[in-house]
Amino acid sequence: MTRLLDVENLTLKFKTDEGLITAVDNVSFTLEAGEVMGLVGESGSGKSVTAKSLMKLNASNAVYDERTKIVLHLDDGPVDIMTLKSSKDLRVVRGGAISMIFQEPMASFAPAISIGDQMVEQLQIHTDMNAKRAKEVSIEMLDRVGISDASTRFKQYAFELSGGMRQRAMIAMALSTRPKLLIADEPTTALDVTIQAQVIDLMKDLVTEFGMGIVFITHDLGVIAQTADSVAVMYLSRIVEQGTVRDVIRRPAHPYTKGLLAALPSLDDLDRPLTPVPGDIPSPLDRPSGCVFNTRCSANLGAVCSRDLPDFTTVADSHRVACHLFNEGAAK
Amino acid sequence: MSDDLLIEARDLSVHFPIRGGGLFGPAVVVRAVEGVNLDIEKGSFFGLVGESGSGKTTLGRALLKAAPISRGSVQYNDGEVQHDLTKIDGKALKDYRSRAQLIFQDPYAALSPRMTVRDIIAEPLEVMGLTSSREETDERVREIAAKCRLNLEHLRRFPHAFSGGQRQRISIARALVSGPRFVVADESVAALDVSIQADVLNLLKEIQQEMGLTFMFISHDLSVVAHICDHVAVMYLGRLVESAPTRELFAAPRHPYTKALLSAIPSLDPDAPNIAQKLEGEIPSPTNPPPGCKFQTRCPYATDICRKEEPKLEHSSGEHEVACHHWQDLMD
Repeated sequence: MTRLLDVENLTLKFKTDEGLITAVDNVSFTLEAGEVMGLVGESGSGKSVTAKSLMKLNASNAVYDERTKIVLHLDDGPVDIMTLKSSKDLRVVRGGAISMIFQEPMASFAPAISIGDQMVEQLQIHTDMNAKRAKEVSIEMLDRVGISDASTRFKQYAFELSGGMRQRAMIAMALSTRPKLLIADEPTTALDVTIQAQVIDLMKDLVTEFGMGIVFITHDLGVIAQTADSVAVMYLSRIVEQGTVRDVIRRPAHPYTKGLLAALPSLDDLDRPLTPVPGDIPSPLDRPSGCVFNTRCSANLGAVCSRDLPDFTTVADSHRVACHLFNEGAAK
Repeated sequence: MSDDLLIEARDLSVHFPIRGGGLFGPAVVVRAVEGVNLDIEKGSFFGLVGESGSGKTTLGRALLKAAPISRGSVQYNDGEVQHDLTKIDGKALKDYRSRAQLIFQDPYAALSPRMTVRDIIAEPLEVMGLTSSREETDERVREIAAKCRLNLEHLRRFPHAFSGGQRQRISIARALVSGPRFVVADESVAALDVSIQADVLNLLKEIQQEMGLTFMFISHDLSVVAHICDHVAVMYLGRLVESAPTRELFAAPRHPYTKALLSAIPSLDPDAPNIAQKLEGEIPSPTNPPPGCKFQTRCPYATDICRKEEPKLEHSSGEHEVACHHWQDLMD
């Protein structure tokens, strides 16, 4: 496998009237070509902000920490994304090497421009295709993602398509530039289960065919189990556990991951009581000191958890967890 | 109507005209709910599942007399009072409003930002004139707030100060304050994070048992329904296609649509064999439903009879009902 993406110490704060809000804190991960990495967490955990940072797509009040390093390895050499300043420089990654699929496909298409014109426009910006060739490629892609009668759909507007079809068109558009990295931000959350199953299948097929890397953001652990190779669990701006999907779901180490799995209703055991994770996610303005999860943790060790930020401990090959329970030197 | 039943609906239909006939072409009618027969037992937790556009919300609202009933009958009998919802109005309707309540999906949109939590919960009491003094109102509000595990000191605050889970507990308190016998919870946990969702589900179940309520729980999430409901009905394009006690439905689904729905839920086991019976296409438009069985356009087992004749809901065993021409052939 070839390395596609290196993210090191990604730290990002938002400047607001109420002060600096830490949205992402010291997040590091790597992605190989052809790998699907799941990014799981609850609302407000910073997963979307992390993904958008890969294209520097966050709002203008975002302040990246100077230690942040994001390197995308392309065919003609590595690109250090943090050094790209102007939107002209960023065009190489935005929509070119990196494409993104959003949760709400209705909001991501311009309502007054036909689907086809939008697809052709981005192809002309990011590739050297002429209009005629761009149209051919677009119709081919629409057909490839399972939209029947693609040449008619090409002329239609977003409101004329159903939810599942819009998401397919979104995927077709994102993939038509042949990106190296695809960011999928809750791509199936707004869809019904039967349509979700179709979209997941489609994405799996396309990874095999195009060999790109995918960062898959979702709050649904079932979707992660079925699509991703590796997974990172985020809580309140930090990664608390990461590893291969099998390791993390079968042998969760962090109390938060365990809590998430215990709170999830499962069809295999209807008698199992649902155990909520006690309390609520603290406000980002009021981050707990020490381990970010210590206010809701059932395995809280006391002083050490509310004082020190836990380091990552490796529990198995690539399975890492940030929790004092696994920190050998930590005082009990 | 049997004494065990709280709600009995026969041939219930809700039609919405979206364009009148005349100059601009023929009249168009959305048949949101069509010919539904439904029995809800007293004290049960009744689940209603289906994809978006299947008519589950409209059915729930029709039972609350909040959607126009175009055809058929709905009887309500809680032992004290009996109501015929097709004829109800004036005083009787006011009485029914205090006995049948609704909990909404989005706890952010359902609470007025300008009212304190106390005023929000007290409003139904004041509107319905159920209490005679402010002291009595306060007493009732505090009692129900405590039951919903709200901090009594928070009653003076405004909704913006609360998280999603807390807000949903406020909406639950508001729905229960008038002492209803029947509560429709429409996607009440869909907007919540997994770790909070389990908490609200447990609360609903506790309250239902403690106060002897009858719940109709509308959801698109089958695993949630499996955990909380006693009886589940599956809707497709305005019709009930299957209805059974929860365990039976999940252990031995009979309708091809139910089978496909169940198999489309992503499993938490990364190595689960991909046995999903993938459905092609999407739910047809209710303005232009297909002839015969409404599911025939997506059903892998559809034959000629399915395209001509609409199957009736029939008993397959005990309380298990299914509407399919071929359910017997499909048993394995």
